[in-house]
Amino acid sequence: MLMTIIKRLNTLGLSALLVGSLAACATPPTEGGAGGAGAGGSRLDTVKQRGTLICGVDGGIPGFSFVDESGNYSGLDVDICKAVAAAVLGDADAVEYRRLDSTERFTALAGGEVDMLSRNTTWTLSRDTSVGLEFAPTTFYDGQGVMVRANSGITTLEDFDGKSICVESGTTTELNITDGMRKAGVDPEVKTFQQADPAYAAYDDELCDGFTSDKSQLLARRTTLSNPDDHIILDITLSKEPLGPATINNDSTWFDVVKWVTFGLFEAEELGITSENVSEMLESEDPTIRRFLGVEGELGSGAGIEDDFMVKVIEAVGNYAEVYARNLGEDSEFNLDRGLNALWTDGGLLYSPPFR
Amino acid sequence: MTTHSDHQIPLWRDERFWKIALQVLAVVIVVGVGWLLIYNLSVNMQRAGLRFGFDFLGNQASFSILDSVAPYDVNRTSYRSFFPYVSTDSYGRVLQAGLINTLVMMISGIILTTIVGTIVGVLQFSDNWLLRKGSELYIEIIRNTPLLLQLFFWYSAVFSQLPRAENRLNLLGILYASKRGLFMIWPTNTPLLWMSLGLLVVGKIGFFLLWKRRTFVIVERGQSGQPQLYGLGILAVVLLLIFCFGLGWRVPEEIEPGTFQQGLRLSLEFSALLAGLVLYTAAFIAEIVRAGIQSVAMGQWEASSALGLHANLTMRLVVFPQALRVIIPPLNSQYQNLAKNSSLGAAIAYAELYNVANTTYNQSGRPIDVMIIIAVAYLSINMLISFGMNTLNRLVQIKER
Repeated sequence: MLMTIIKRLNTLGLSALLVGSLAACATPPTEGGAGGAGAGGSRLDTVKQRGTLICGVDGGIPGFSFVDESGNYSGLDVDICKAVAAAVLGDADAVEYRRLDSTERFTALAGGEVDMLSRNTTWTLSRDTSVGLEFAPTTFYDGQGVMVRANSGITTLEDFDGKSICVESGTTTELNITDGMRKAGVDPEVKTFQQADPAYAAYDDELCDGFTSDKSQLLARRTTLSNPDDHIILDITLSKEPLGPATINNDSTWFDVVKWVTFGLFEAEELGITSENVSEMLESEDPTIRRFLGVEGELGSGAGIEDDFMVKVIEAVGNYAEVYARNLGEDSEFNLDRGLNALWTDGGLLYSPPFR
Repeated sequence: MTTHSDHQIPLWRDERFWKIALQVLAVVIVVGVGWLLIYNLSVNMQRAGLRFGFDFLGNQASFSILDSVAPYDVNRTSYRSFFPYVSTDSYGRVLQAGLINTLVMMISGIILTTIVGTIVGVLQFSDNWLLRKGSELYIEIIRNTPLLLQLFFWYSAVFSQLPRAENRLNLLGILYASKRGLFMIWPTNTPLLWMSLGLLVVGKIGFFLLWKRRTFVIVERGQSGQPQLYGLGILAVVLLLIFCFGLGWRVPEEIEPGTFQQGLRLSLEFSALLAGLVLYTAAFIAEIVRAGIQSVAMGQWEASSALGLHANLTMRLVVFPQALRVIIPPLNSQYQNLAKNSSLGAAIAYAELYNVANTTYNQSGRPIDVMIIIAVAYLSINMLISFGMNTLNRLVQIKER
């Protein structure tokens, strides 16, 4: 009798209350997570079941993630979201973007509100460990810079004595600028804003003498200031800022997918596969290419997705070179050099482990 | 079936049983849901490999915060906060600094908003058409727009548009305003200052007692009260002299255009938040004051003027003391609102508790732990306000004898 009541309650969804309180200690930690819609607990199943990927982006940085007037997202970070959606769901448009400010992003990921972050997040030890993130390969090697007004006379960090500098809260830049100023032996005012837009507005209103952030972001944001030509980016690099997508700790099934889709973009460039020639490449005799595109072998199934996942990714966003050119490189308004973000074969840092 | 049980009402029709059972059920549901949430949290934290605890408070914070209310420090020849914090200090210390900033904002906000709110509230009964309509317009505009919007207005449309340092505004030489901040007259921190402050407090109490005494001798003994009046006059002059010269007031000295020494520096972030909070809360307080005054029966006004009291005296001696009984309880919630709303300062870079805690949990990866600290801090602050206001409320209530 009692068992039938429990069963009935179970179907009513009250099981959590009853069974939970009866057999709390026996429940293994992988079950009953807040975002655990799918049984077994991997985000991969959750995403597949939902049919859309929820991707945390910034939304305010041209070139990385930017919303235009009609609500379309574009940028390098956005293309990573699209690539993952294409690989997992076969549809690059099955992405729901969540705009997160720098202080919200980790909580949003930890709380299961977003499946992954693709929000120019710097890979650091403490974020990898105590904050509880897992970092996919770096998609953009950056360094922290300082932007000042050209007529301010500031050329080095030492010139900041008694001046003020604006920074976004919850970022690595916030820590680096403090370290950098300490090293330089000066003590400027650091104004910490919770969101980027008011922070840049304050800089534009001359409430601070400088602004510090990743160099790429300064370049992109400079275009949105009232007089972009009045501002210069100093020839100082305060730190290493490897930016890349991130997922939650201890979910390696899901992390592997994000990691290898990112690697796939590098590998595609190395193999010379572009969005234009991908269908021809399917006929290729080269076993590496055949395996990469899923014509041979079962690489995708091992990761829990389709074998031809890279075909869909490349059809949707192209290889890394195409993604870069479109958003930051020669086809964009920034015309940024590849620099460190070239393939290892071209003297850069991008290097994918073998797809086999 | 025995005859005994025939007489008994069945359990499910017993009203007493249901009264208890429903309450037990409610408690079980509340406890169950709460337990489920906590269980979920611990499972998720365990899965993500996160720990819980407050040991991180001892770690080095290594980020800077803005000194917002900073008197000039002669030894360091710079403006420095009351509660100095440097980036090599711990998370615990930076959270304390944030708490101090919140308290400074809260206390100055509550004092100023009470003054502004009371004045605007009373002005609504003014005979002057312009003052009456003006205060109504102010209340309607301020009350009906969101506070965050107003804060951005004060920050980017007012304080950000101040002139550059070299073209600073000068108000009588005691207040200078520019994009670098507000520089104002301020007492110097010396032992003399504290002695003078002590004398001022003692003098004020003496003044009050003498006033009482004068009223007593006039009313009870029919004396003129002239000697006491002289005493009051002399005391007032002495207090004024102590206030002017004993506190060591220092005006900001301009050493080069836009750069100052001495006095007190207020950051634009502090000023904008203070202006926004004070004017926003004052609009609500004005309405509370109006309600309080209107709650006093018309007969009190009439009786008072029949005794020959002037309108101002009627308000001060007859109506307002009675209105206070109605005003104080809702005033309590406005004070608490102001205290909590000060957390919006995070949006305009004022380094108050929430802003600092935000950075802290991001850099340390301890959102839950830091959230608990924030919650406990605001809870304690608001309990203190409540306690103070409840005490005040008891004092002004009608004493039944």
